[in-house]
Amino acid sequence: MSIFWLRVALALYGVGLLYALVALTRTSDLLNRIALHAAYLGMVFHLVSLTEGVVFTGHITFAMVHNSESLLAFLIMSVFMITYLIYKTTSPGIIVFPLVFLLTFMAATRQQPFLNLTPGMRKGWLGAHIALIFIGYAALVLSFCASLLYLIQQRSLKTKRPGILSRLPALEEIDQIGHRSLLLGFPFMTLGLIAGSVVAESVYGRVDLQDPKILLSLLMWAVYLVMVYTRWIAGWRGRKAAVLASVAFAAAVVAWAANYFSTIHRFVAS
Amino acid sequence: MRFQLIGVNHKTAPVEVRERLAIPESRLPEACKKLAEHPGIDEAMILSTCNRVEILANTKNGAGADLRGFIQSYFQLDGTELNKHLYEYNEREAVRHLFRVAASLDSMVVGEPQILGQVKEAYATARAVGAVRAQLDQLVTRAFAVAKRVRTETAVGSSSVSIASVAVELAKKIFGNLHGKQVYLVGAGKMSELAARHLMAHGCASIFVANRTYDRAVSLAYKFQGQAIHFEDLHNTCDRADIVITSTGAPRAIFRPEHGELFLSRRKNRPMFFIDIAVPRDVDPAMNKLDGIFVYDIDDLQQAVASHVADRRKEAERAEAIVATEVERFHARIQTLDVVPTIVSLQDHLETIRQAEIDRVRGRLGPLSPDQEIAIEALTRGIVNKIMHTPISTLKTAAREAEATTVIDLVKRLFNLQEKRAAKSGGENS
Repeated sequence: MSIFWLRVALALYGVGLLYALVALTRTSDLLNRIALHAAYLGMVFHLVSLTEGVVFTGHITFAMVHNSESLLAFLIMSVFMITYLIYKTTSPGIIVFPLVFLLTFMAATRQQPFLNLTPGMRKGWLGAHIALIFIGYAALVLSFCASLLYLIQQRSLKTKRPGILSRLPALEEIDQIGHRSLLLGFPFMTLGLIAGSVVAESVYGRVDLQDPKILLSLLMWAVYLVMVYTRWIAGWRGRKAAVLASVAFAAAVVAWAANYFSTIHRFVAS
Repeated sequence: MRFQLIGVNHKTAPVEVRERLAIPESRLPEACKKLAEHPGIDEAMILSTCNRVEILANTKNGAGADLRGFIQSYFQLDGTELNKHLYEYNEREAVRHLFRVAASLDSMVVGEPQILGQVKEAYATARAVGAVRAQLDQLVTRAFAVAKRVRTETAVGSSSVSIASVAVELAKKIFGNLHGKQVYLVGAGKMSELAARHLMAHGCASIFVANRTYDRAVSLAYKFQGQAIHFEDLHNTCDRADIVITSTGAPRAIFRPEHGELFLSRRKNRPMFFIDIAVPRDVDPAMNKLDGIFVYDIDDLQQAVASHVADRRKEAERAEAIVATEVERFHARIQTLDVVPTIVSLQDHLETIRQAEIDRVRGRLGPLSPDQEIAIEALTRGIVNKIMHTPISTLKTAAREAEATTVIDLVKRLFNLQEKRAAKSGGENS
């Protein structure tokens, strides 16, 4: 049943996506409102789907693993909505809507994976690991969106041709959105990785650094550390920051996909 | 004829004429009252702003009223001299004019937002003294809706048309909120002062002034309550500014990329906005290539202004199209109201005939059972309704077309209807 609600949510996100893309090329408050309301409604059904997942599996940790893409999409959406409430801008939607749609689409059409649970695994730590990492992912995705928007806005200001993108928020506001979500996401990511290593310790007695997923996660974390550091010390923003954010994002995507070829993180029953 | 509008505006009358016709706010209620009592006028309102004085009236029985006469007697002016400045619109044209005024399409600066507020005030005043009640009320509230539609569906009021306001707009695109931003004036000049003043008005905090002659800088800084800086210290202090406005007479650029890099590293890469009004330019165009520095010279600003003016013109065309469709829509609605009294009296007329005929034959039929009563009632009603069906639907269709009055007259004559229109017109808000 949870997959049904998820598909309803998917349809609503689709509506939001469509209108958001149309709204890009023309000025229309109405379209913006339709997109937002579709997204709100989509989130409600999404939440229903996630809750049913928990009820069905009977355990919050299993549910999180079973619906990982779905959960991530929901969290990204939540961060987007919070940004909207604070900054009154839907501009990140240009990137957020397609991404959320894609993730939900994957979740709604895919076979449910199975978690390879070993006896003696610390379920609490595993739950914390997943929750923290996912919140981190969601915040960092938004930070990545913001750095792309920053580049677009900077370009339109430099070339002195405002064009259709002149409705983006001010450069410093975009920068603030990106920076704040980076500062929010980074600690979650860090704590999530720590929780993960506790789980790994408990199961294998060590953290396997040769596992591709773990390696990539560490790489991603290191890039984020560099980002926070360069921002702190030299105030890096714009092009340099966007390059770093892209590398980190690419690492994050690959790390996510590594579920399919990692030995430890094998969700799918072999 | 129903709606009538007469007035002067900035296009038809010089300020000497307009100021003689202007009615101060304090005397407006009394003037409205007087106008509403003028012969032939049912409802009226007066719009008096610095760019226009207009009288809008809904005339009694559509007979028309002598608005020129009112103006002459109210202001005690000689008509012949005034007449060449006055414009007068009737009916559809009056509606159109009001819609255009409210939507700021008739303004000196097309799209400026104040006019709608002024129309609203004029409406409130006239309403308060009872000069606006029924149809004029509908017309004016419709005008507000049209103005809102124009504002939301077109960008006619959105872009600025002076260099100073373009500079502010750009600064907002970069910094968002201008509160607490620092402005640096390098060199003095009318235009740079104006830009600085605009920026301050939008919340920029403090100001620094540097000039080749230090005294000049001091006096300018005093004007803005800012801080004067010796010209030699310019490059050492400039990183404190978020927005730099330059207009010196220097023959060569005073800001070059190496300065930009210095500023950026001292500012931890926070963005900087250079507004270069000087010719020859004070800022090396290569500065614009640095990440985080935005340079706009006089040509860039002028181009932005020009494109805004062109945009506005294009948007104004779209707005005119909206006004045109709204005028038609309103007109159709008003005309539907026109046929309502005719339909009502036609129904009354036939109902009277029916009742009279029933009463006439009742005596001959003798006592009737309740069933028979019902049957007779149903029979006569059925006949009347069938007969009325076509005329009524014809009237309703005709109401939406130009021939409405002809059809109304024809129906009235065919059925010999005596219409009590004046007494009814107030209550018929469908």
